[in-house]
Amino acid sequence: MQILIPILIVAGIGLLAGIILAAASILMAVPKDEKAEALEALLPGANCGACGFSGCSGYAKAMAAGEAQPGLCSPGGQKTAAACAQLLGTGPVSAVPSVATVRCLGSADNTRDRVAYAGLASCAAAQLLGGQTDCGFGCLGLGDCVAACEFDALRVCNGLAQIDREKCVGCGKCAAACPRKLIELAPKKRRAVVLCQNCDPARDTLRVCKAGCIGCGKCQRACPVGAVAVANGLAAIDPAKCVGCGKCAAECPRGVIRLETV
Amino acid sequence: MDGQVIKGLVAIFLAAILTENYVLNKFLGICPFLGVSKKLGTALGMSCAVTVVMVIATAVTWPLYVGPLVPNGLEYLQTVVFILVIAALVQLLETILHRYMPPLYNSLGIYLPLITTNCAVLGVTMLVLEKAAGDPSYGYIQALVNAFGSGVGFLVAMVLFAGVRERLEECDVPKCLQGLPITLVAASLVAVSFLGFNGLVDRLM
Repeated sequence: MQILIPILIVAGIGLLAGIILAAASILMAVPKDEKAEALEALLPGANCGACGFSGCSGYAKAMAAGEAQPGLCSPGGQKTAAACAQLLGTGPVSAVPSVATVRCLGSADNTRDRVAYAGLASCAAAQLLGGQTDCGFGCLGLGDCVAACEFDALRVCNGLAQIDREKCVGCGKCAAACPRKLIELAPKKRRAVVLCQNCDPARDTLRVCKAGCIGCGKCQRACPVGAVAVANGLAAIDPAKCVGCGKCAAECPRGVIRLETV
Repeated sequence: MDGQVIKGLVAIFLAAILTENYVLNKFLGICPFLGVSKKLGTALGMSCAVTVVMVIATAVTWPLYVGPLVPNGLEYLQTVVFILVIAALVQLLETILHRYMPPLYNSLGIYLPLITTNCAVLGVTMLVLEKAAGDPSYGYIQALVNAFGSGVGFLVAMVLFAGVRERLEECDVPKCLQGLPITLVAASLVAVSFLGFNGLVDRLM
């Protein structure tokens, strides 16, 4: 019997506190922002941060407050953008989803390792030692991007990271994880990409990789819209200007330029 | 209220700020002291929230202790009951602020829920009871003044230390001491300097 009194007193205090709290939360409920909640329901809920906000709920709040435009959500793509725009009552927005591209062709067939690397299986760790690959710019193939991807869109095949364009939502986490900044995030459209980042002179590039850009400039001359620029022995194509005609890819003697279709 | 009582209250208030400072003399509430003192603005917000919660918590726990606990010989349940009550109180305060004072609620932000587990708040509610046990003239009013003074003391410590830390940011600190180590060294120096207030309040009496 002795134990009953303390139990009853503590339980009573707890119950009283609970009742007061419950009453307070009902009586003093703050009306929630219904618009933000509806918008959040439309978003994919991946909380990837591609929109630049802290997560789906942050983005929904910003949209509801009119501080952000619909269409920033890369995983949601066109469908989400249209649904959000409709809910907000703004006109339809054209959201071209982004997609990541690994700008390297340095698989084991095309290039070699300069040393046998037996350290931690992480690109960032290998990069601290200068990287094990012969090419100082190419894919290390240890899969930091694969670990960063939350959508299972990356694989390392034959020492080279490859992106499944169907699964990629364009959140950019892999691009941030790559210590050699090989992964580019660009709108998903028909366009040509240079799959090389090697800035060395042609002689050195030829020595380390069978598929490296030597900066010959043929693509630049072939491009009808001036989207290609060659600098530091490396061609680069402006995704905004590229019309996807494919003339540069046809001219390239090294086969480094690939025409990406949607 | 005669002059002697008022004089006593002033002494309690000053003692709580200077000689019995919870952060710098009793080393309670160190976590927010180190965590939230990076900027002056957040330090102020946090200490205001702590002050309010300290006073309200003491106002509620004192009658609870004297009421149901002491007559039943349940003083040993003090910690459990007080934690329960403080947690519920902070929650209630948050709900009320959210409803009626949204700007204050937003500026306090995460600090209010953090105070739920602040040991300085629990410390105040328990130490005033200890004092009351040793001094029959120490009553409810004295306890409330002590709680308020403790909150102000927390504020003084936080604001002082935020100033120190803002200056530390610009210093060329040796690499081995950067970050938390130099912060702890600075905190201990501020605590030592507060020892200088010892005996000050006794002389006022």
